[in-house]
Amino acid sequence: MHRIAIVGAGTGGTVLANRLAEELQTEIEAGDVEVRLITADPEHVYKPMFLYVPFGKKTVEDAKRPVEELIDRRVTLSIGRVIDVDTDRKKLSFADSSVLAYDQLVLATGATLEPEAVPGLAEGGHHFYGPDGAERLRDELAEFTEGHLVLSVVGVPHMCPAAPVEFVLMVDDWLRERGLREDVDLTYTYPINRAHGLESIADWATDLFERRDIALETFFNVEEIDPDDEVIGTVEGNELEYDLLVAIPPHAGSDLVTDAGLGEDGWVDVDRNTLEATNAEDVYAVGDVADVPTSKAGSVAHYEAGVVADRLASRVRGQTPTATYDGKTVCFLEAGMSEATFIEFTYGEEPFVREPSKPLHWAKLGYNESYWLTARGLL
Amino acid sequence: MTETTEPDVTIDSRDATCPGPLMDLIGRVKTLEPGTVVELQTTERNSTTDVPEWLEEAGHDLLGIDERDDHWNIYVEVN
Ligand SMILES: Cc1cc2nc3c(=O)[nH]c(=O)nc-3n(C[C@H](O)[C@H](O)[C@H](O)COP(=O)(O)OP(=O)(O)OC[C@H]3O[C@@H](n4cnc5c(N)ncnc54)[C@H](O)[C@@H]3O)c2cc1C
Repeated sequence: MHRIAIVGAGTGGTVLANRLAEELQTEIEAGDVEVRLITADPEHVYKPMFLYVPFGKKTVEDAKRPVEELIDRRVTLSIGRVIDVDTDRKKLSFADSSVLAYDQLVLATGATLEPEAVPGLAEGGHHFYGPDGAERLRDELAEFTEGHLVLSVVGVPHMCPAAPVEFVLMVDDWLRERGLREDVDLTYTYPINRAHGLESIADWATDLFERRDIALETFFNVEEIDPDDEVIGTVEGNELEYDLLVAIPPHAGSDLVTDAGLGEDGWVDVDRNTLEATNAEDVYAVGDVADVPTSKAGSVAHYEAGVVADRLASRVRGQTPTATYDGKTVCFLEAGMSEATFIEFTYGEEPFVREPSKPLHWAKLGYNESYWLTARGLL
Repeated sequence: MTETTEPDVTIDSRDATCPGPLMDLIGRVKTLEPGTVVELQTTERNSTTDVPEWLEEAGHDLLGIDERDDHWNIYVEVN
């Protein structure tokens, strides 16, 4: 029997498992192939919902569904934390000391947040990148009626490069709706010399920030936070005072990856078109953990999963895999509480940012609702 | 800067797209002692302007930029 093991049941792992179950239906039913999805968390978490939690528009529960309900019955589900990957012996070790052998392995373990990497950040800063952070920020924002709110992008790369820009535009709109904007100063900070890594988004955001009275600080690399005095200190030697700090914390990949020699900083070195690991045979990576030159986004995880499903299915059938990933990235961007825009690009392309509109905002909300069908592999 | 310069630290950011190389540099510079010479390798043309601009802002020295066949080497001294 040919054993395909997928570690991680987030967007990438779940879509991949369901695609494989469909493509290899006959082989699985004949007992020739096993598709095993392994996850530490029995819940599937749809992180884009967290953007709406601070504004009371969604709850953390809205972002979760049991993995079991999302996967095809032909997929074998294992709940457990993988603690070691041995790519020479082709074995995975689990926290409960059990061991599992595989023929082909896909890592889809996502990204982790590391606020501790910056002194004072965990104590002094809020974020909306995880369930607890988003809920704490909601409670804090509900009470925040005046002062200086700073949105600081501390860690790059981070998940969903659009989310910090979206958050600051949404909070601006939200404060206006509540009649509080006059009493709140807003600042957005970014590490490089413009508002965003992608030039077209930087231009678009800079223009909107000016029109909406949001201050922009560039070349702003946070070195430490003083939570008592509420001051941010930067590598460039500057200081900025805040009353409410919303930070995008530094991200890291997985220790599994570094320990297995698959890549530095926990991101898997892969061929950017085939998504095969550079440093081991029969290992692939999809989603945030794969080190490819595009955004860490759910859409990327989704398209990569489609490509890897095709390649794995070809391998199983003894054919030469031909499917490749061209860097396709799709992203809806909220421009406030009721308008959004949309971008689409591939490797090396600069996206075009459309004029924000209400229909695109409804499209983003609609996509979030239909996401559960996407995860099931139906869309 | 000549080809004989021996950097103390080499950062290979070839194939990373903007702002990857600059972010790689910033991440490392934070951890280095004053006087350390860094060689940043990049295939991203924008780095040849972004990096000097950041060095100016952060108060580190640009020692030189070498153009190679398929990439640039940017030499930096940490202050
Ligand atoms: C606030 C926010 C807003 C976002 N908005 C958007 C958006 O609008 N559009 C968009 O495209 N993307 C968005 N994203 C990004 C998107 O959520 C991620 O890119 C996407 O979830 C990546 O999928 P993944 O499968 O790589 O990882 P994840 O979805 O993070 O899943 C990782 C899985 O691996 C499991 N795992 C990890 N380690 C182990 C282990 N050792 N053993 C077993 N299991 C393990 C986890 O339990 C989890 O199941 C947003 C992210 C955030 C935080």
